[in-house]
Amino acid sequence: MTAQPTAGPAIRVRGLKKSYKELEVLRGVDFDVAPGSIFALLGPNGAGKTTVVNILSTLLKADAGTSSVNGFDVATQAADVRESFSLTGQFAAVDEILSGRENLVLIAKLRHLKDSGTIADDLLARFALTDAAARRVSTYSGGMRRRLDIAMSLIGNPPVIFLDEPTAGLDPQGRIEVWQAVEALAETGTTVLLTTQHLDEAEQLADRIAILHGGRIIVNGTLAELKQLLPPAKVEYVEKQPTLEDVFLSIVGEDAKDGDDSRPGTVGTDS
Amino acid sequence: MTTHFFGDTTVLLARSLRHITRSLDTIITTTIMPVAFMLLFVYVFGGAIDSGSDSYVNYLLPGILLITIATGISYTAFRLFLDMKSGIFERFQSMPIARSSVLWAHVLTSLVANLISLVVVVAVALLMGFRSGTGVLAWLAIAGILILFTLALTWIAVIPGLSAKSADGASAFSYPLVFLPFISSAFVPTDTMPGPVRAFAEHQPVTSIIDAIRHLFAQQPVGTGIWVALAWCLGILTVAYVLAMATYRRRIS
Repeated sequence: MTAQPTAGPAIRVRGLKKSYKELEVLRGVDFDVAPGSIFALLGPNGAGKTTVVNILSTLLKADAGTSSVNGFDVATQAADVRESFSLTGQFAAVDEILSGRENLVLIAKLRHLKDSGTIADDLLARFALTDAAARRVSTYSGGMRRRLDIAMSLIGNPPVIFLDEPTAGLDPQGRIEVWQAVEALAETGTTVLLTTQHLDEAEQLADRIAILHGGRIIVNGTLAELKQLLPPAKVEYVEKQPTLEDVFLSIVGEDAKDGDDSRPGTVGTDS
Repeated sequence: MTTHFFGDTTVLLARSLRHITRSLDTIITTTIMPVAFMLLFVYVFGGAIDSGSDSYVNYLLPGILLITIATGISYTAFRLFLDMKSGIFERFQSMPIARSSVLWAHVLTSLVANLISLVVVVAVALLMGFRSGTGVLAWLAIAGILILFTLALTWIAVIPGLSAKSADGASAFSYPLVFLPFISSAFVPTDTMPGPVRAFAEHQPVTSIIDAIRHLFAQQPVGTGIWVALAWCLGILTVAYVLAMATYRRRIS
């Protein structure tokens, strides 16, 4: 069911504008996302990050401007666009009354895939949810819910994934679980558009970072490029104290896991 | 996308039916109020009410059935509201599916849930002495009217389900619908009511629907009354559907 990937950017946004009554949220947003990369849209609450994602997801109509996903125009080829991406919204959009496995089977069936049971079992194993597969989602922790949410988005292998504040409301443990899931995604060549208000999250995950402020993208570049915007680094000697997060994770990290191989606390920038 | 409409609706219908089988309490609470009214009116007030019928429970049941539907559809609005709030509605809308199947699945679920509640209420009425010697065709006609009425009210319920800001708001709209049968021929014949009340009671939709069902149960000729009842059902259904779809389009644009 995956739509054919096309040459050129996986996501292309030009002059996007959107107002809610008098409130101008987007005043001309432009950016491109290269295929297979992780692109972080960074901005404070209310900056319009979700508005951008909703327009790209065909859930909201832009007032002006054009945008395309996987080469398909969002306004005129909505059906093709919907074949090309998956949305993981700001709140884990999972069915609480169904079990984890039933949620995955539901989405696989709605994507008209054969073998929905096998697909569900594979994803449950991949996201370390096999033990909880038969339990109702209402009994899941925040991190497990988010993992299920992301697993649901992977069904059908869409070339593009939108992650709208994927770690909002998660504890540090859950946050690391989600980061690992996102990194694993990028390794399979999926294009990821991530919105976040956490600077460290963008720094940790993204190949490119754009800052949305006042309805426009004011900066767009790699982490290295963004760092060059500031005066050269000074060398200072600071005693490295463990952060509270380091302490927390080293105490609870190992045994609070659900069995997946995590690397609690380590923040390695490998690209 | 329409090629997937039936398949997608079936998948989503199976999902919401599973919600119902896992929260059977919603069916039970739906039937509690109509059954309580039935007990109250038959065993407390009934002796003093001159309905002109030999058996008051026979007289009462049609109105109770409509009250059952009116309470039942508040859960339809509630379930839809929960889908909107949890974000799963948006997830479905962002997927390559026939988009309207999301609404239709809720509507069909409402129909199934209400039919189960109606069967429960009729079973209680039978225990209380309700009897009808009417034939299969008349029963089918009654079922048809009740299904039409359920669909009409369900499409009304879709509107608050899509637009409510809170769970209470989503289900509060059903209260006037629950009380509409009280100002109708549901509990007492309309001729003892004072002028303006009587005029309202005799010309509001519920009375014609109740009278049609009552005549069918009693094996009496339904006359033109049944066409009035059907016209009301179809009229409400059409208006509610148009308004619900307009609300829906506002939500997804």
